[in-house]
Amino acid sequence: MKKTPLYDIHLKFHAKMVSFHDYVMPLQYDTIINEHHRTRNNAGLFDISHMGRFEVAGDNAFPFIQNIITNDADKLEDMQVLYTPVCNEHGGILDDILVYKWHKDRFMLVGNCVNREKNFLWFQKQAVPYPRLEIRDLTDTVSLIALQGPRSLPILENTFNREFSFLNRFCFTDFIWDGVQIIISRTGYTGEDGFEIFTNAQNMANIWNLLMDKNSPDGLGPVGLGARDTLRLEAGLLLYGNDMDETITPLETTIDWTVKFDKDDFIGKVSLLRQKEKGMERKLAGIEMIDRGIPRNGYPVVKGNEIVGKVTSGSFSPSTNKNIGLCMIRSSFAKAGEELQIQIRNTHYLARVVDTPFYKSKNMIGCHI
Amino acid sequence: MTNIPNELFYTKTHEWVKKISQSVVIMGITAHAQEQLRDIVFVELPSLGKELKAGEACAVVESVKAAYDIFSPLSGKVIKINEKIQEKPQRVNEDPYGEGWFLHIEISDPNEFNALLSQAQYQAICEPAP
Repeated sequence: MKKTPLYDIHLKFHAKMVSFHDYVMPLQYDTIINEHHRTRNNAGLFDISHMGRFEVAGDNAFPFIQNIITNDADKLEDMQVLYTPVCNEHGGILDDILVYKWHKDRFMLVGNCVNREKNFLWFQKQAVPYPRLEIRDLTDTVSLIALQGPRSLPILENTFNREFSFLNRFCFTDFIWDGVQIIISRTGYTGEDGFEIFTNAQNMANIWNLLMDKNSPDGLGPVGLGARDTLRLEAGLLLYGNDMDETITPLETTIDWTVKFDKDDFIGKVSLLRQKEKGMERKLAGIEMIDRGIPRNGYPVVKGNEIVGKVTSGSFSPSTNKNIGLCMIRSSFAKAGEELQIQIRNTHYLARVVDTPFYKSKNMIGCHI
Repeated sequence: MTNIPNELFYTKTHEWVKKISQSVVIMGITAHAQEQLRDIVFVELPSLGKELKAGEACAVVESVKAAYDIFSPLSGKVIKINEKIQEKPQRVNEDPYGEGWFLHIEISDPNEFNALLSQAQYQAICEPAP
């Protein structure tokens, strides 16, 4: 099992550690519910060094990236970040990633831990027609943490003694601090305002400790993967492997807005266009339970006596005090207000389709591109 | 050190049993079990009158992360359920041996007590703490 550079720190904070793909990661330090509320009401610090990071550089970097993503990097200014799926020829989602653009010849791609090796092979394969392209896996050398919550901005400014209010949502900056390069983007996976911080693996423990030492008296605390999951679900953000995979296209999910048909050719465009014209047979939708019971990944979704889909993610939602989930269901039922049943341990419990996000933070700024 | 009262019986699957008369017991889950589960956010209990068999699933508790079966320590009939833990599942975290009890069971085979664990035997299972 791989350890992140913050492994010893997690043990010091008495984290309950779990294996996540090939990493040992903190599931929780306190209770998941406390960590969840801490992030919504104050700020939480997350080790997300398990996520895959790649640098793409060279004078063909831009056309290469435009070809592998469904969203449109042409709309991206320098020092901006784009959320996008990477699809195969059939439109199936290989991964969902963030694209960081320094300038047209230099990008960084941040994807899911589980897809790191697959992504690297895919990128190399797709790079063949593009000469002078350098793709480097930075995952082991550059570490990543997230600072999330309404107090993230003052915490960041207090820690680095610099201003970050100029950073809009989905923008980033890089600077040398104490002799070390730091990259900070105003991004995250919690539905709260927040930042993601990259620095050399050797330096990350120092940055984590500095953030904690300066700000834990005011309520900053570590948050594990458990609360990361409840936070992202409430925000309606999808999880690769649960809510999407290679058998699912972006058009069948709630990130259909990330497919930009008006840009030039990209991998999957033909299949996705065909699917769009034909119409989707199934669609990802949010549900909240009317009856008691918690929807969980894999539970059947039933209408009348017929199975019409399955739950892809589900949990108790600490911020709404409801039991919520995402499910992939027949499109005709994927409209807010529709009543369905979730089969939990052979019993059917009533649920209703609702719009996502399930929870909207009043502190959130800006929007997606 | 987790709280393991001396006067109770235990199972390997972390349930506790308290004898309140010759034929009736109360059961719940141990302090160790609720510590491992942490936030309990849902409890599903059997209906009144249900016949239970020792070692078979009789209830479900869910943490934020996942659902776990709770096993009946003894065979018998459910004669009382704790509806308050269905309304407020965190009672199981707060007071696992008191307010957080699960069921009253009218037992059918007192010999099954022989298969239950003493405080010392259960303590040996809980250590070293995972």
